[in-house]
Amino acid sequence: MAYLDLTALQKSFGANQVVKSFDLGVAKGEFVSLLGPSGCGKTTVLRMVAGFETPTVGAIKIDGQDVTHLRPNQRNIGMVFQAYALFPNLTVAQNVGFGLKIAGVSAAETAARVADMLALIGLPDMGARYPFQLSGGQQQRVALARALAPRPRVLLLDEPLSALDAKIRVSLRAEIRDIQRKLGITTIFVTHDQEEALSMSDRVVVMNGGRAEQVGAPFEIYNHPKTRFVAQFVGTLNTLDAIVTDPAGGEVTVQGQPLRLPQPIAALRGATVGLALRPEVVHLEADTAQISRGDFALPARIAAVQFLGAVIRVKAETAAGEISLDLFNRPDAPPPPLGAEVALRFRGQDVIVLA
Amino acid sequence: MKRILSWAAIVVGVVYFFLPLVGMLEFSLKMRRGEYSLDAYRSVMGDPQFQATFGYSVLMACLTIVFGVLVVVPTVFWVRLKLPRLRPFMEFITLLPLVIPPIVIVFGYIRLFNTSSWLPLTGSALGTDFLLMCGYAVLALPYMYRAVDTGLAAIDLRTLTEAAQSLGAGWITVLARVILPNVLVAVLSGAFLTFAIVIGEYVFAALLDRPAFGPYLVWAGGNKAYEPAALAVMTFALTWACMMLIQLATKFSKHTRMPH
Repeated sequence: MAYLDLTALQKSFGANQVVKSFDLGVAKGEFVSLLGPSGCGKTTVLRMVAGFETPTVGAIKIDGQDVTHLRPNQRNIGMVFQAYALFPNLTVAQNVGFGLKIAGVSAAETAARVADMLALIGLPDMGARYPFQLSGGQQQRVALARALAPRPRVLLLDEPLSALDAKIRVSLRAEIRDIQRKLGITTIFVTHDQEEALSMSDRVVVMNGGRAEQVGAPFEIYNHPKTRFVAQFVGTLNTLDAIVTDPAGGEVTVQGQPLRLPQPIAALRGATVGLALRPEVVHLEADTAQISRGDFALPARIAAVQFLGAVIRVKAETAAGEISLDLFNRPDAPPPPLGAEVALRFRGQDVIVLA
Repeated sequence: MKRILSWAAIVVGVVYFFLPLVGMLEFSLKMRRGEYSLDAYRSVMGDPQFQATFGYSVLMACLTIVFGVLVVVPTVFWVRLKLPRLRPFMEFITLLPLVIPPIVIVFGYIRLFNTSSWLPLTGSALGTDFLLMCGYAVLALPYMYRAVDTGLAAIDLRTLTEAAQSLGAGWITVLARVILPNVLVAVLSGAFLTFAIVIGEYVFAALLDRPAFGPYLVWAGGNKAYEPAALAVMTFALTWACMMLIQLATKFSKHTRMPH
């Protein structure tokens, strides 16, 4: 049985059903991200776990205890908010010790725990400062320490990195993950940033229209999306139309060229199916003579080149539509010039058939 | 030319406002024939009736402030958090004391709470004092409500409340330890305005027959020569002191300073 168990959760605001039958089991110590676009219901699910919203239908259990109708202050859940939500009238140490004071922990124990928490977040000397004297990243670390100080059963992170600048965001997500692993605390993280979700989580729940479209490890979600939405939402995706020639044998044609897929296709012969390709599985061949027989290659013309540092993102026009591909930067191989005639090569096993 | 006109308008305004005050101050110092003295002030301060009525009004002002804060802060908090659609209605309700004359309100009170009513508050001094305090709270409501409402608008009320709740705080703890300290400057503004209103209020105190400072001012005005001027100067000074305290409270609230 899962440590945190969400069963058939539904939530409606008037006639608007925001969460539609949501099930999730989270193991003790697991880090699960809810990923999805705005309005998909991810924050509502989190708020139901926190107790700020009551489910219209369904149950929430933590360690076997039904907490569905408990008030937020009775659930022993720590929460970190996007807007930091530090109490402006209290110092950093008082903020971190707030939950302990409420719980009636002795002053000596509170002081020791606050010191531990400040050391954990790397701000041991900031206890006497007020929130307004800290940077955004420091404030969010204090908010994390405050949420963790009362030793909650579950930690909820509601887009905690969204308000920070890009560099801090990357370093803080690693820090949050380290702290979570160190403490072994069961965590739910809400984000609309796929990079955050993929890089931090044990499992990712991709949500759409109030439902979980797919639950899985980041590798699985990225490489084996089960629905068209997951494939398109997670990562960059190229889509091509193909005509099925042999459903059982997994054979299709793209722009008249045969392509063999590793698995049978659930469509009739002659039907059109959508194929998806990640930018990193498409290879660019400047010299079309290099392409060997049996390789699938589409003639293309370079339409745009974006130099991103380690990676060069190239957009190429083909008869099947525009295709993006990523090349690793190499000092001895400059990016292809605009307008160059090239061939795009990829393998059948790298193709995702969209449902 | 425009600049000269602006300055002229300012000078006219200052003269119009301050000249009567200067005249009043000068008159209050002329009790002793042929020289300036503080005799009128000494006379006022030594008057046992002044001490009694002023003390009574200060006490009533303090009680009104406490009562007002206890009623207004949770109400505004709840409306902003849970019933935001009621805000226009609240705005309307809290403006009513400005358009309904106090005499109408106090006669309403007397009709409702007289000795033959279901709640005979006017039957005892303590009951009447309570009624007077409620009346003062109503008079101060437009100012207290707006001050607190503005204060709450300046903080992220919902997130702070939820953060405190997630840390185990109940509603009373949220209000007392998180919300109130963060709107203290706003509450103090409302409190000082309430104090200024209550100290000079006449209609409620006179018609409820309570020994307050307002009726004493009117009585002194009709029976003494120099003392009313001294009393007026003192009342002005008190009101200005309240305004300065609002400014000081704003200036010294260290946690509300924003980083540059």
